[in-house]
Amino acid sequence: MTTTGKSMDSKNGILNRETDFQEFVYQPQEERLFLNFGPSHPATHGTLRLVLELDGERVVDCVPEIGYLHHGFEKLGEYRTYNQVVTITDRMNYVSPFNNNLAYILSVEKLFGIEVSKRAQYLRVILAELGRIMDHAVCIGTHAMDLGAFTALLYLIRERENIYNLYELLTGTRLTVSYARVGGFARDRGIPADFMPRTLAVCDGLLKTVDEVDRLLSHNSIYLGRTREVGIITPAAAADYGITGPCLRGSGVPFDLRQAAPYSGYEDFDFDIPVGSTGDVWDRYMVRLEEMRQSVGIIRQAIANFPEGELYADSDSKVILPPKDDVYGSIEGLIHQFEIIMLNRGARAPRGEAYIPTEAPNGELGYHVISNEGNGPYRFRVRPPSFYNFQIIPSLLRGRLLSDTVAILSSLNIIAGELDR
Amino acid sequence: MGIESKLGDGIITTTLDAVINWGRKNSLWPMPFGTACCAIEFMCVLGPKYDMGRFGAEAMRFSPRQSDLLIVSGRVNIKMMHILQQIYRQMPDPKWVISMGACASSGGVFDTYSTIQGIDNFIPVDAYVPGCPPRPETVIDAVMKIQQKIQQERSREYR
Repeated sequence: MTTTGKSMDSKNGILNRETDFQEFVYQPQEERLFLNFGPSHPATHGTLRLVLELDGERVVDCVPEIGYLHHGFEKLGEYRTYNQVVTITDRMNYVSPFNNNLAYILSVEKLFGIEVSKRAQYLRVILAELGRIMDHAVCIGTHAMDLGAFTALLYLIRERENIYNLYELLTGTRLTVSYARVGGFARDRGIPADFMPRTLAVCDGLLKTVDEVDRLLSHNSIYLGRTREVGIITPAAAADYGITGPCLRGSGVPFDLRQAAPYSGYEDFDFDIPVGSTGDVWDRYMVRLEEMRQSVGIIRQAIANFPEGELYADSDSKVILPPKDDVYGSIEGLIHQFEIIMLNRGARAPRGEAYIPTEAPNGELGYHVISNEGNGPYRFRVRPPSFYNFQIIPSLLRGRLLSDTVAILSSLNIIAGELDR
Repeated sequence: MGIESKLGDGIITTTLDAVINWGRKNSLWPMPFGTACCAIEFMCVLGPKYDMGRFGAEAMRFSPRQSDLLIVSGRVNIKMMHILQQIYRQMPDPKWVISMGACASSGGVFDTYSTIQGIDNFIPVDAYVPGCPPRPETVIDAVMKIQQKIQQERSREYR
């Protein structure tokens, strides 16, 4: 790499194919190996690419490349109404879809200036915490699988299936739920009667599995050898790179947006923020494991104190669909339904912009939505946690062994969908 | 009963195609090309509840040179497409392709500047799985369809 840089300077940046390229390839005195890690590699869990410069087993330098999953989400949102965008947000962090729904819909509701009922807020909290558990389950499971422990993934996928069943009961789909809407939720019906008891049952089973994974992995000497003192993020480095979420808390910084800037009724809940001490891979793993337990606690609190009342915003606000009885029974209801559903109508937000940061499983996730008095966002910009967490990878990998690459990459939990958008 | 009565116990006669196809269809080695949401759902297909190992297709090989069933799960964009083509070319014959999910099959909701509107514009596809993302049962159905297809193939076509 150094030789090309030198000749580029001397010839005004134009590479000479004959001389420079040969010089670039043949460097017997250094014996560096360039290795492509990805974009189709089992340990990348998606489509990342790291170009590693190796000196034997040791990583000398690393150049990450992104864009292999870029699909123009933000552009796509400019042609959708506010409620239609919800279906795209699911596909951004596809491991915990409802947390994306929530982050988007909170910004839009701020734009509209409406606040949903406590009951709706609590249901959102339950679903978001289930999403957090799902995300951490996949993260820990695949992280362990990459390091050679396949069992934990199977245990955690079993729990994920149970959570899928809950989502399916409530929303009708397993993964891409698209459940949040401006002013409430998607379906024109209440919460199924057995949703809460089944959620509690799933939570009980989940705690057992988390304990099982804890016993299986946490103090396993092979696992400790591969994760302790590997990939250390200092608090200062975390602040410099804008790292949030479990990766920041693993470094010992007790920052959680659910407590620092509560949204959607999180101020009512009592939970701890687990923090690590050294900021290595093991700390990040332990933070995720403990957060799953805390999430179960939040869900239990929400179900125990689940408020009575309306689930949806007031239908006079003209943003939420009217009840079906009104639509079929009165002309006002029918007009109201048409006003929202028809593409050239729809609910229009006042001019302005809104951003509400939320604590997604990977860190701060927020949607900056700009309204131009249209029925959809004029422009929206996502602040994805993975994009910021991904930047620190070269500095973590330099000087480490090649096998540590896998441990570090999976502990940061980079989701390519929200990285590239 | 023909020649089998002369051969004694424990010996049956059949065609070579039937034996080869029987072996092939019950030992598919998939190469999961997972990019997005469908890859997460594909993990559930391999998980304890749905367990694709029941169909002999649980030996995931992340090297295309060792696999004969390419499962494209997730959306593919222009930057990724040539990698997918390269992976397809690296797979030894005979090989089959499942296009899992709406995005791989037709672009899905992503009618944008960067998304490939169906991978079948670039590589041949044997089975399409609808859904966004498809349920695990649907993926297993696609694998069974591939198995039916293999059963009808002729080994003479692969030289």
